[in-house]
Amino acid sequence: MSVSAASISDFVKPLRFLASLRLTVVCLSLGMLLVFLGTLAQVHLGIHAVQAQYFQSLLIFWSPPGASWKIPILPGGYVLGTVLLVNLIAAHATRFQFSRKKIGIILLHFGVILLLIGQLLTGLFARETQMRIDEGQTLGYSEAPREVELAVTDVTDPNFDQVVAIPEKVLARQGTLQNPTLPFTLNIQRFLPNSQIVKRSDDAQAPPSPATTGAGSRFVVTEISRTVKDDERDLSAAFVEVEGVQGSLGTWLVSNAITDPQSFTVNGHTYELVIRQRRFYKQFALSLLHFAHDRYAGTDIPKNFSSRIRLVDFERNENREVLISMNDPLRYRGFTFYQSGFDNDDKTTILQVVKNPAMILPYIACGLVALGLVTQFSMHLFGFVRKRST
Amino acid sequence: MSRPLRILLWLIVAAVLAWVLAPLLGHDTRGGFQMQKFGRLPVLLNGRIKPLDTVARTSLLIIHGQQTLGTDHDTLSAIDWLAEVLMKADEADLRKIFVIRNPETLAALGWSPDAGKYFSFRELFAHLQEIEQQSALAEKVDAQLRSPFQRDIIKLFERLTLYHRLENSIEVAGTDDFKGQIDDLVKSIHPSPVPMNSGISAEGLQSIGFLAETGYFYPIPPVPPNDDPLQWRKMGESMLNFLTAGNLHPAVSAYATMASAFAANDPATFNETLDNYSNWLKEHFAPRVRKTNIESVFNQLQPFYSAMVIYVLIFILACASWLVRPETLGRYAFVLLIVTFVVHSTGLITRMYLEGRPPVTNLYSSAVFIGWGAVLLGILLERFFRNGIGSATAAMIGFITLLIAHHLSMDGDTMEMMRAVLDTNGWLATHVVCVTLGYASTFLAGFLALTYIVRGAFTPSLDRDTAKSLSRMVYGIVCFATLFSFVGTILGGIWADQSWGRFWGWDPKENGALLIVLWNAIILHARWGGLVRQRGLMVMAVFGNVVTSWSWFGVNMLGIGLHSYGFMDSAFPWLIAFGVSQLVFMLIGSLPPHVWRSPVETVKPSRVEALADAPA
Repeated sequence: MSVSAASISDFVKPLRFLASLRLTVVCLSLGMLLVFLGTLAQVHLGIHAVQAQYFQSLLIFWSPPGASWKIPILPGGYVLGTVLLVNLIAAHATRFQFSRKKIGIILLHFGVILLLIGQLLTGLFARETQMRIDEGQTLGYSEAPREVELAVTDVTDPNFDQVVAIPEKVLARQGTLQNPTLPFTLNIQRFLPNSQIVKRSDDAQAPPSPATTGAGSRFVVTEISRTVKDDERDLSAAFVEVEGVQGSLGTWLVSNAITDPQSFTVNGHTYELVIRQRRFYKQFALSLLHFAHDRYAGTDIPKNFSSRIRLVDFERNENREVLISMNDPLRYRGFTFYQSGFDNDDKTTILQVVKNPAMILPYIACGLVALGLVTQFSMHLFGFVRKRST
Repeated sequence: MSRPLRILLWLIVAAVLAWVLAPLLGHDTRGGFQMQKFGRLPVLLNGRIKPLDTVARTSLLIIHGQQTLGTDHDTLSAIDWLAEVLMKADEADLRKIFVIRNPETLAALGWSPDAGKYFSFRELFAHLQEIEQQSALAEKVDAQLRSPFQRDIIKLFERLTLYHRLENSIEVAGTDDFKGQIDDLVKSIHPSPVPMNSGISAEGLQSIGFLAETGYFYPIPPVPPNDDPLQWRKMGESMLNFLTAGNLHPAVSAYATMASAFAANDPATFNETLDNYSNWLKEHFAPRVRKTNIESVFNQLQPFYSAMVIYVLIFILACASWLVRPETLGRYAFVLLIVTFVVHSTGLITRMYLEGRPPVTNLYSSAVFIGWGAVLLGILLERFFRNGIGSATAAMIGFITLLIAHHLSMDGDTMEMMRAVLDTNGWLATHVVCVTLGYASTFLAGFLALTYIVRGAFTPSLDRDTAKSLSRMVYGIVCFATLFSFVGTILGGIWADQSWGRFWGWDPKENGALLIVLWNAIILHARWGGLVRQRGLMVMAVFGNVVTSWSWFGVNMLGIGLHSYGFMDSAFPWLIAFGVSQLVFMLIGSLPPHVWRSPVETVKPSRVEALADAPA
């Protein structure tokens, strides 16, 4: 008997700690610190780096300026969120008994659980891309604004392009790549996530370029740190050596700053080499019919932006016009298209394309939290007023 | 309360109301000109149709830093000043209205700091080239990195530009007889699709082009029955239209006649033309005229200014009630608080009507609304507890927030048009109102806690009962703050999901709101867990002030993110000072109980007792 009693208390003690309000308060306080530091850090790191380092991470590291080592100083968003989640579930498992008086708290906490899970799922699975469409243009893919790919396109057949796209993650590892559809290997000699590209004629002192062919020898490329600004794009660059069976065909400089494709021929097939924003092809296409930019009378203050779009989907037999405007997106096949920006003297629209399977969770959570808070506090308030008036 | 005391109360209320409404009685007829009526004429500026009076006040505020202009012998109202700028520029140019405080700016213009702080347009005009050059140099530096001199010189150049554009809005500055010029034009020209071929002199065409380009506001309404705001025209634009199409807009001749009469000091003609033009406007644009009339009355009454002053009186009365005659003074404070709340609400509702928007649309209106929300909650608290604390705290927050609003209004018109993404009344009415009420209630809890700490530590007046009721108030208001900030923040997430495609983006303003939610949740959980008792609760509530002021103003000063409307470096020292003062109060609140002057918390409540209040 005594053995079993001891084992129960051994089991209960950590559970009691996991369920304690003390742990809640500690986690919430660390959460505040995390959010505050994460806000300040945005000034120098930019919002995307901060999201990755502070909120979608396990630990926050600190290293003294110039040092090569770093120490963890704070739990990151994923750790804090998980501990809070466990704390909340444990509290309900041990301390709370279901009763009418506690219905508000239970609803509210369930809402918070959904919020935390929703944010976790969003962090893991949501994807934000962009579409830039010129008036009159039709586009069947969206692009990742912060990720590139190396596309090798077989353009021999005028009616049909065959594309092999190599994602940035693979490029960053550098080294030799082989793909069964290509009769050659690609040796990524160097990959620069962000770079500054100047004409060689402007920088006579520069060392000779590793590029042996194509446009590359005319430019000098220097690696710079990735941009932290929301409205800027990285100019990625890579030196790629193409090796056929007979040996090297040369080394090319490719970059999303060099938009003209550079081509070479192997076995009678012509291939084009280009770095571009990573593409996500859709089963449907959008054409921009007209972009409108309304202003308030006598000012340059924007009143509304809207894009009249034709949506064509052969699979589902859709062919219709839609209007996407500020605060009024298009939802289609799991994607949501938002009016995000414009360019090119109001002739180009920029749409934000979002796929988020957990999108619905915050809506349910919001309802539950609001309902729970109102129930709980109004029970308090009425109790208080009744006590006061007697 | 005895009868004489009750009569005295109503006399005080009557006096306060009379003081609030007094500005309506004064009829501004400077030199026989009906200036008040002139100020009611509608014009279009920054996308909104507003009375000239508003243009006058905001411009004078930007240029001079005040809404009136003191001269050697009297005080000019804003519209008196504007009339002079528009129609008698030669005299207006001599008025010393430009304030220059920065010694470096003075030195750059070759003036010693003893030369005075006020300069006229004429004096500054001689240095225009240097000012423009220095300003252009300073513009090249990032806004956050500019030195005080660079900021000052840019501002000075902007003020000069504004003045210059204002004085060329009706006629080319310095014109003697604008009416005569128009009459000559009507007689001599033959309308032609190409203005140059209409028979106008090259010089005349040039000055019309200059008016069309330089004019600041749009005084000429559309041709009735057209009522499209996009069809309002500048003086020069309407005259160009006359050269090509041949129809002289009645507003052009009305303004020209008034300008000539004003310059020739002929009030009779001026007033008659003004009457006729006003009637014409009323006939064709009745709804717009109604709105501009209400706006000028609103401008005249300045309800937020009056409320701000009375809040001080209420605060003093309520504090005094803790020392002498608690019944009477407490009652006086409460009644006055309700009266002032009505004044405050009237101002708020008028703004909503004029803008056609929910109450909070920008930082200025958030200040007005935070004060309003805190006063409303304070009234409810006072209604239940009747101990002067609700009144005193509400009055204090009302005063501070309206003072902040007053300083925020220095940048010009506070009723701006909403940028595209914000142009949705549904979300403004729900998310923004909820979050702002969250700010208001967190501040209220914080200021109630300040009352507790100040009374408890420095006076013997904090007895057990008062302490207990303050603790209940703070707890209740923190609950309220949690509700509104939580719901408001999530609604903001949903808005973001609707318009940008992500529920939560860790944007600075979002994070600020989240901090308030987290802090309120921490307070509640710490209390439920028995981690803090009465004084601990108060110290935590005071920190709520720091968190809220950070979220309200601090994040805007980072100059990043989607919500950063306006970089406000000038407020930064104030924010820091406020934060430090709150930390000092927290420190005082944490001193051992025996150094406090009031006896608080000598008995430790058991954990069970603490949990008795807890919902869980």
